[in-house]
Amino acid sequence: AFPKRVKVVEVGPRDGLQNEKTVVPTPVKISLINMLSETGLQVIEATSFVSPKWVPQMADHTEVMRGINKLPGISYPVLTPNLKGFQAAVAAGAKEVSIFGAASELFTKKNINCSIEESLERFDEVMTAARAASIPVRGYVSCVLGCPYEGKISPAKVAEVSKKMYAMGCYEISLGDTIGIGTPGSMREMLTAVMKEVPVGALAVHCHDTYGQALANILVALQMGVSVVDASVAGLGGCPYAQGASGNVATEDLVYMLNGLGIHTGVDLQKLMDTGTFICNALNRRTNSKVSQANCRL
Amino acid sequence: EKVIVPTDVKIELINRLSKTGLPAIEVTSFVSSKWVPQMADHKEVMRGIERYPGVQYPVLTPNLQGFHSAVSIAAGATEVSVFGAASESFSKMNINCSIEESINKFQEVVKAARNMNIPVRGYVSCVLGCPYEGNITPIKVAEVSKRLYSMGCYEISLGDTIGVGTPGSMKRMLEAVMKEIPLNALAVHCHDTYGQALANILTAIQMGVAVVDSSVAGLGGCPYAKGATGNVATEDVIYMLNGLGINTGVNLYAVMEAGNFICTALNKKTNSKVAQASFKY
Repeated sequence: AFPKRVKVVEVGPRDGLQNEKTVVPTPVKISLINMLSETGLQVIEATSFVSPKWVPQMADHTEVMRGINKLPGISYPVLTPNLKGFQAAVAAGAKEVSIFGAASELFTKKNINCSIEESLERFDEVMTAARAASIPVRGYVSCVLGCPYEGKISPAKVAEVSKKMYAMGCYEISLGDTIGIGTPGSMREMLTAVMKEVPVGALAVHCHDTYGQALANILVALQMGVSVVDASVAGLGGCPYAQGASGNVATEDLVYMLNGLGIHTGVDLQKLMDTGTFICNALNRRTNSKVSQANCRL
Repeated sequence: EKVIVPTDVKIELINRLSKTGLPAIEVTSFVSSKWVPQMADHKEVMRGIERYPGVQYPVLTPNLQGFHSAVSIAAGATEVSVFGAASESFSKMNINCSIEESINKFQEVVKAARNMNIPVRGYVSCVLGCPYEGNITPIKVAEVSKRLYSMGCYEISLGDTIGVGTPGSMKRMLEAVMKEIPLNALAVHCHDTYGQALANILTAIQMGVAVVDSSVAGLGGCPYAKGATGNVATEDVIYMLNGLGINTGVNLYAVMEAGNFICTALNKKTNSKVAQASFKY
């Protein structure tokens, strides 16, 4: 049996844009987020308070946070990799933040130059500050179905990292198939292990469509009781580990499937498609959403 | 595909597919070249391909004339397919007759085929929606499927012709059809026009369907939605089945190579995400 409602977490403005080569001007980012706010989406990941040295696309984080319309009932979480980023985020008006862990030691080393254990210690500082400020924290776990460096990742490791982040105080754990190599088989195995440690109501899936498996993987997660799904409008964001391949699953295609399953999302698919058209025009690129492609008369 | 492919390229493609472990490769269509110019070289293709033992090479035969041409010594087909539809409007627009009239035509083909011990596969189009009628009732799909099965088709391939289906509509449709036809005589033919194909195929597999149609490199767009995709890519289906531990006997890498060959010949990018992720551009 499927959940009756699914919360769609829109990551296009952050995860999507972060992986697009073209640097997007601040006003365009703000328009994108404002348009997304009109679609019925309840959660829109707005930006990342990371050093512009590492992620130039997110250099305008403060301006974006200050510039967007913050509609009541909608959450605009931002990434905060450390305490400094957290403080800047709060100063800019953020009311929810996210932290990023990984189920792979090599990935953590290559990405943020420390071990998983050390990264969790860093996050502890953020958690303490967030608790003091009554700011909810979402935890991401990367490489849950495979790692570009280590290859196979054991479900037990994913469960261990998820448990630690949940126990630290993250209200939700988003499990990311970072390179999209997972299939319904590995998704089921991984979720079975994680669900022993974290209640299913606190779990989300963040599937990449690099091998075309995203919707099938999401379907399995839904069948197992997961009711929070991350996606990116127009499927923005390629894969930094596979040149020319796609990355995030497209929000339009996800909503189309959920609609067909009779699962309530509150999202207006047409408005979502229009938003996708807007950002693709601005980026001068084709959409990665098949639903959008099918609906456009070329 | 818009680009007309030379006969020798078609033959090379089929020969490469024959080496991948695929058990069935739909070769060509014995339809009038007036309607489908791409298939005008059907006889030459049938004569030119290598026939690997253990591999089936079915061809489409829309009527008795096409059937006779297909099984003639010149072409030598040993399996044929007929195409029905679950939508009256689609039947009328596509082959200019009602579902009932088309079934009568197929009956002639099936009868002739049975006399020659030639197996016939039956396709049903528009099982999850029609470009003209919109919604299609599962009961209608079950009814048409049952007609084709009882006249002698050994397998019924249920086609989501415009790819509008989702796991929800796939489940409802299969539940209705499974009341009339045994599971092991069913196949699904999903189009990926709305990105739903793998999720729909997964649903069908979970319900026990064990035959899946797909197209190498996701060849073939959608004639009803300009610029949209059509068939699901064989590479992506096999990737999923491998991940599920389901045996197909197919070598994924060999399929990707065949896909790379035909895309180069067609001068187009592959529609397979697995191929995109695996080949360096």
